[in-house]
Amino acid sequence: MSRIGPFAAGIVVGEAARIIFFVVIVSAPVAAHHGTASFDTSKDLTLKGTVTDWIWANPHCFLKFDAMDETGTVRNWAVEVSNPTDMTKRGWARGSFKVGDVVTVNLQPVKNGAPIGRLRSVVLPDGSTLSAMGPAPAAAPPPQ
Amino acid sequence: MKTFCAWLLVFAVAAVVGAQDWNRAGLPDSAINAPKTKAAPAPKRDITGIWDAGGAGIAGPGHESAPWTDWAKQKAASYKPGNGPRAVYEADINDPLSTVCDPSGFPRLVMYETRPFQVVQTPNQVLILYMFEKRWRVIWTDGRALPNNPDPRWYGYSVGRWEDDSTFVVNTIGTDERTWLDNSGNPHSSELKVEERYHRVNHDLLELTVTLDDPKAYTRPWTPRNKMPLTLAPANFDMMEMICSPTEVMDFRKNISDRSNTVR
Repeated sequence: MSRIGPFAAGIVVGEAARIIFFVVIVSAPVAAHHGTASFDTSKDLTLKGTVTDWIWANPHCFLKFDAMDETGTVRNWAVEVSNPTDMTKRGWARGSFKVGDVVTVNLQPVKNGAPIGRLRSVVLPDGSTLSAMGPAPAAAPPPQ
Repeated sequence: MKTFCAWLLVFAVAAVVGAQDWNRAGLPDSAINAPKTKAAPAPKRDITGIWDAGGAGIAGPGHESAPWTDWAKQKAASYKPGNGPRAVYEADINDPLSTVCDPSGFPRLVMYETRPFQVVQTPNQVLILYMFEKRWRVIWTDGRALPNNPDPRWYGYSVGRWEDDSTFVVNTIGTDERTWLDNSGNPHSSELKVEERYHRVNHDLLELTVTLDDPKAYTRPWTPRNKMPLTLAPANFDMMEMICSPTEVMDFRKNISDRSNTVR
């Protein structure tokens, strides 16, 4: 991944990512209240950015973060995942992110060019990865 | 020493069994998919417990329905669903459940988002407590007949009976035709009749079959759920809340849906 500036910003649209994306999409369980009509399924972005908000809510949780794109412009992205129930089964929690966390987000953007999308996976500051699509982990621990 | 070790073992097991287990979203897939052929026999006339269908309960794309009547075509013309063959862009969805938090109503609750639910049996009722929406239904088992020409209700009017020692049958009428049948925007009329069959195969396995009969909206009855398997959860399973909050929905629309509109 290439990096631009301290806050990050690399865009990876490689063949490997496309293959991963295809596999993920094909095997993804449908757990959203809407389909994929708004999303550009041909695109696959990986952005490194800084968390500005993490909303744990129905019908979808969403993560907001500042990231610089390939043009050097910093935009505030908002990327959705499924609902708290589904995400809990994947090991996500209300406390998965805090403002200021530097994260690397793999996402599928919407078609209209706005900084909106669906989150596929995210690498946390400690290097661990949370997945939002594909088969759920076998045994995610319940939150306490 | 042997006695000490034995007590240690007892305490360790007790600690695990008695451990608090809060806010569960559902059973892991390994429990849902595990074979249940060696489970204990089903208790007689008893479907109490917490049951989880796993991913099979969600049915996001909706179900293939019987053919619509002209009335149904007209009714559904204004429905803009988020899933299924008539799915629209996210900003255009007008599903009353996901956009303004209207009740999912019945039978959508057993057609879609059939998340874990708890069955409670009293001497004259069966109560079903759903994780989705944190709602409940009352199924009368006191022998009463269904009402004649009832006022519509979001969750209808239900009576139940034991067909045999392991099969509980529920009949429901009087539903509210403002509700959709599913995420793909299938309509229904207030003349809809629903039959649910809960067959307890053994101690750990329950099968749900749902048949819909709505001659005003569909040309024939059909069975969208056919022996959907449900797994019995542990007795200490504490269900999460899963509630549609208008505040949260408005926040989601402002941040995501309304900004994702696209050039057609």
